[in-house]
Amino acid sequence: MTGVWIAVLATAAGCYALKLAGLTVPQRVLASPRVRRFAELVPVALLMALSAVQATTSGHAFVLDPARLAGLGAAVVALLLRAPFLLVIVVAAGTAAALRAAGVS
Amino acid sequence: MSATVRQPAAARQPRPVRDGVGLGLAVGVSGVAFGAAAVSAGLSVWQACALSLLAFTGASQFALAGVIAAGGSLLAGTAGAILLGSRNTLYGLRLADVLRPRWPGRLVTALGVIDETTAVSLAQPDADSARTGFTATFCCLYATWNIATLAGAIGAGRIGSPQSFGLDVVGPAAFLALIWPRLRTGRTERLVAVAGAAVALGTTPLLPVGVPVILAATAALAGALAAPPKRSAQLPGELGTQGPPESSGASAPTAGPAAAPQSSLRTPPSSQSTPPSSRSTP
Repeated sequence: MTGVWIAVLATAAGCYALKLAGLTVPQRVLASPRVRRFAELVPVALLMALSAVQATTSGHAFVLDPARLAGLGAAVVALLLRAPFLLVIVVAAGTAAALRAAGVS
Repeated sequence: MSATVRQPAAARQPRPVRDGVGLGLAVGVSGVAFGAAAVSAGLSVWQACALSLLAFTGASQFALAGVIAAGGSLLAGTAGAILLGSRNTLYGLRLADVLRPRWPGRLVTALGVIDETTAVSLAQPDADSARTGFTATFCCLYATWNIATLAGAIGAGRIGSPQSFGLDVVGPAAFLALIWPRLRTGRTERLVAVAGAAVALGTTPLLPVGVPVILAATAALAGALAAPPKRSAQLPGELGTQGPPESSGASAPTAGPAAAPQSSLRTPPSSQSTPPSSRSTP
């Protein structure tokens, strides 16, 4: 539990430092278009990776859970229909929960 | 919700408080999802609240909880979460010009430098409205996000099996929703997303849990190097010399996002230059 607290506080400190740095460092430091482009693309790569890993793996193994994948599929449909963030989450969780309640495991 | 921000009139008529409070309330309630996901992942209620109070940047918070849920390395989880927070540095760079925060107030302002406050501030036509918009968004979203986190964390702790409520899908769905607006903006974004997922999945059997996700950043690096931002390269260091970014963004996706950070300092940002405000969490 102590380890988790350290991770929580280190994440908080790091994220805060990055915000403060943006307000404080001279504009020239990050003026390179490539650096800006990289920082724009980092969330795209990391969040897609997180989504894929959490949806299809457990530890080091690939685990294809039908209810979970169906929930994610429902989220994609909701996103295509331009649903707001929270509705996307509710649709995804609700689909998985409903399938599990119906016996899909 | 985000309709208040999307309305074209908002770009001309300053409505910073309405924009900020509307977006703050709408996005803030998503804190319920984070609180629930964090406690399902094994964090305590107070650890979930500490992240929302101190880190206050949704993607990083979800990411750390996700790695902890998978039983991954805390070091890798922390590194990934901080890496995700690096975009806030870019927002800070843009906001510094508009808000001109002074010490020591800057220490408080810094906490509020996130997707939504940047979107509202940069959508305002003048500096005063931008400052008001920032403050309104920050205050409303901070309060709502933290109350919602507490509610979600307590709620998730009371139910027996997180899986029976589908809470294991909350993380993957939230990540997808967070980047969805960016996936719509250009081909490079979509390629980077696919490559990032492929790198992470391909290395999952081999590397400690949490590390594959950090390796996905190589896809972002490749994307930044392979598709150089042409417009910015032609106009180094010039601010607001071109027309509104909408004109370039809609027809030339690969050129738009890179040009936007510089030009949007003085022009109302388009969907390309603003953060994904409509669906993202802080």
